[in-house]
Amino acid sequence: MEKLINEFSNHIHVSNLAEAAVLEVENLKTYFFVKQGVVKAVDDFSFSLKSGDKLAIVGESGCGKSMTALSVLRLVPNPPGRIVSGSIKLDGKDLLQMSESEMRNIRGNRISMIFQEPMTSLNPVLSIAQQIGEALILHQKLSDKDAFDRSVELLKLVKIPEPLRRAREYPHQLSGGMRQRVMTAMALACNPQVLLADEPTTALDVTIQAQILDLIMELQDRLGTAVVLITHDLGVVAETSERVIVMYGGKKVEEANVNDIFAMPLHPYTQGLLAAVPKLTTLSGKESYSKRLQEIPGIVPALVNLPDACTFAPRCAFATDICRHEYPPYTNISSSHKVACWHVAKVC
Amino acid sequence: MMSTVNGVGNPSSKDDSSPEKKVSEFNEELSLAGANVHTKVGMIFFLTKRYPLGFLGLFLVFVFIFVALFAPYLTTHDPLTTNPSISLAAPSMGHPMGADFMGRDLFSRVIFGARTSLAVAFGATILGVFFGVLIGLASGYLGGWVDLVLQRLIDILQSLPTLILAMAMAAALGPSLFNTIIAIAIPKFPSIARVIRSSTLSLREMPFIEAARAMGMSDLRIVFRHIFPNTLAPLIVLATAGLGSAILVEASLSFLGLGVPEPHPSWGRMLSESASEYVRTAPWLVLFPGAAITVAVFGANLLGDALRDIFDPRQRTAN
Amino acid sequence: MAIYLLRRIFLLFVTILGVSIIIFALMRVVPGNIADVLFESSGYIDQVQKAKIEAELGLDKPLIQQYLSWLGHLLTGDFGFSYMSERPAIDEILPRLPVTFKLAALTLFFTIIFGIPLGVWSAVKQNGLVDNALRVVTLSALSLPSFWCGLLVLMFSVHVFGVIPIYSNEPRSIFHELFLLSIPALVVGFRSSALIVRLTRSSMLEVLRQDYIRTARAKGVSESTIHYRHALKNAILPIITLLGIEASHLMGGLVVIETVFNIPGLGRYLVEAIRWRDYPIVQNIVLFSACAVVMTNFIVDMLYAVIDPRIKYVD
Repeated sequence: MEKLINEFSNHIHVSNLAEAAVLEVENLKTYFFVKQGVVKAVDDFSFSLKSGDKLAIVGESGCGKSMTALSVLRLVPNPPGRIVSGSIKLDGKDLLQMSESEMRNIRGNRISMIFQEPMTSLNPVLSIAQQIGEALILHQKLSDKDAFDRSVELLKLVKIPEPLRRAREYPHQLSGGMRQRVMTAMALACNPQVLLADEPTTALDVTIQAQILDLIMELQDRLGTAVVLITHDLGVVAETSERVIVMYGGKKVEEANVNDIFAMPLHPYTQGLLAAVPKLTTLSGKESYSKRLQEIPGIVPALVNLPDACTFAPRCAFATDICRHEYPPYTNISSSHKVACWHVAKVC
Repeated sequence: MMSTVNGVGNPSSKDDSSPEKKVSEFNEELSLAGANVHTKVGMIFFLTKRYPLGFLGLFLVFVFIFVALFAPYLTTHDPLTTNPSISLAAPSMGHPMGADFMGRDLFSRVIFGARTSLAVAFGATILGVFFGVLIGLASGYLGGWVDLVLQRLIDILQSLPTLILAMAMAAALGPSLFNTIIAIAIPKFPSIARVIRSSTLSLREMPFIEAARAMGMSDLRIVFRHIFPNTLAPLIVLATAGLGSAILVEASLSFLGLGVPEPHPSWGRMLSESASEYVRTAPWLVLFPGAAITVAVFGANLLGDALRDIFDPRQRTAN
Repeated sequence: MAIYLLRRIFLLFVTILGVSIIIFALMRVVPGNIADVLFESSGYIDQVQKAKIEAELGLDKPLIQQYLSWLGHLLTGDFGFSYMSERPAIDEILPRLPVTFKLAALTLFFTIIFGIPLGVWSAVKQNGLVDNALRVVTLSALSLPSFWCGLLVLMFSVHVFGVIPIYSNEPRSIFHELFLLSIPALVVGFRSSALIVRLTRSSMLEVLRQDYIRTARAKGVSESTIHYRHALKNAILPIITLLGIEASHLMGGLVVIETVFNIPGLGRYLVEAIRWRDYPIVQNIVLFSACAVVMTNFIVDMLYAVIDPRIKYVD
């Protein structure tokens, strides 16, 4: 087991460039062109990731989180979607300039992804070993036999009991939690530099959720992979991440270290999200914000033909005229904390 | 018998899964798509735009029916009168499709052939649907040994290729227009019965049927007033699709000399009369009757396809 | 599994038995028996002679007895005698089987190699030029009567090459034979591959929407591997069902095409036998094609379990 881990570690492109970003996304715009108009699913979105980073992207469903991840892999369904502009640099090379075959070399090899739905994300007619081994055969040119052996090792790594038997089984013979472990094994097969985990636990039972998250985080610590965790669950964020980006209507509204987000949320939307989380401390009666679970009034707006305004304005208690006419610039509160709101001063 | 995990249905039942959709739902969906469903004209206009091929099919089917109904007014010659002086004449002004060996005007024969074809196709489809519905309803609603026996009967009939069974039936019954209709209807009803049975099975468990039963309604009334109307959508689709195949089977039977006998002009038999010899010498005798069959079947197929699209959204292509 | 298989095989026999009853009944409904046919040509009926012939052939016995004796003979491998040639039916049927079998195999071969790849292509390029062109072509193929299509091919070949590519004499070699057979096979295959194209397309479209296809893309798998390894393997079940139906019902199409192309196979022989009311031959050929259907269905069901790991036949 340890030997396996070491072997993995050797593959990792960790380095003296510890400070250089592995993944750098700048001004990414992914739009969907539908009959009713243009949907700006991801709008002017930027973030960067260093080796070993743990970044969380938080937001309600439909805010563009998943599209951001799919954009990084250039898997946005086209048509109707298209990456309109921006850059996605992996080790300084722009993925958007690559050919499709170069891009295939990146997917599952240097950047990989865990999807939300473990029940449907595995191919029902291919065995577990075939599905894990596929990336190994493709990217590391392993033989079928070696790929199978490695798949079994990977299953062991993600703590699946009886890995040899499970490797030969098919997805329908596995529970949801086990399938997500298989997805994790699949994603980690080629020791990627970046792991995009899109709501990896949403579809699972609460107890299994914690196990899967622990597993991902443990493997990340050992392998040094940079993880982008996409979630709507702030509880998950608190446990697992170092940095948080709050996303709303395709845009980044706030970015901060995880402690700052919880201690000093600045954007009205972030505050709303936090208020919607039932706090454990309320049980002891001390630090209770409110007795009831608070909802953010209104719903995520349809993103069709949005005006160039603050996307949150229609639901915001602090909104004024300017909010409805111009998107706010980012205010740097500290070197690691920025927020896009016209009324930062007022909101605090 | 066959167990599947994770909701993978019995694969063989996939084909006879029924398109079930209520008309009201359909209207709702249409208005969502921007159709004006309040006036008939608006709806027809919308459907024409959305299913242009289906409307081509409807048009062709109408032409087919029109030609069959008004055949005497569309022709200049009697299709049965022979005239040795024009035997095997090439197409000309007087005889736009030429004449056959016996000197009968081919154009008139093709036009009158539509009558035979229409009579057999509609007759066989109606008969097939009638038996299919009766057997499907009985099998699905009554269940038990009735179902068991009827299912075996259907199995048996379906284990003979359509044309082979039709040939055997036609040979056994002897040549006549009505016997041809029966010979085509018999191989047709099992597939209809299957679909109606599976719809009935699912409908039987519906609350409104339970309610009808609780009110003391008779089985016969439940079946015909409540179950049957709900199987209409898949039935319409099946019947339309069956129309095309009935035309084809009739043509094949007649081609093999087992179909509609003389004196009825039949497209299939026109080809068998001319087949071997005239490929070389009188190709028009091969071209025109075959083209008539193809166009009629094409129309029925287009219409059937569009109806399937409309009633069975799972088959619909995303646009 | 064992009990399931036994049940299946039992039902298989029940079906065949049912078919035999239907065929027997049909052949007895026919107005006029062989004796009438034999006398028809001579213009008058000699009642004494007729009774003699009927007694010889067992036609004077009660129907149920006739049926049971037919069935008994079948089970002992006695398929009766052809009325026309007066030779054992089996000796008439067996020599005609290979050519029909080759024709069927070729047709199925063309159906698969055209139907599936074109269907996949159509689905991948949904609503594109290829897809729309294929939609028109397949719909036309389904509307084209195969005998007319065959006649058109003959006509074309006469007017362009001056010869009719049919089985006039013994083919020179196996390749020559396959060449001659592949023309009618293409004509019949045109229709069945059109069906397969349409089904493959809709089945593939359904599968290509699934989450696991996205997973495969995220692994860096190439599009062609995705289409054929990841998608087609999931989309194939309904296609196999239809292929099974097409294969088992092929006999119907072959009857027509063997007649058009004058191929000395089982299909054309059936038409001749019906025309001459040679009922022992008709019974045997019809029963044979029913057996082919039932066996094919059985094989297809077994194939499901091989292809889809989720399908298990349990008792």
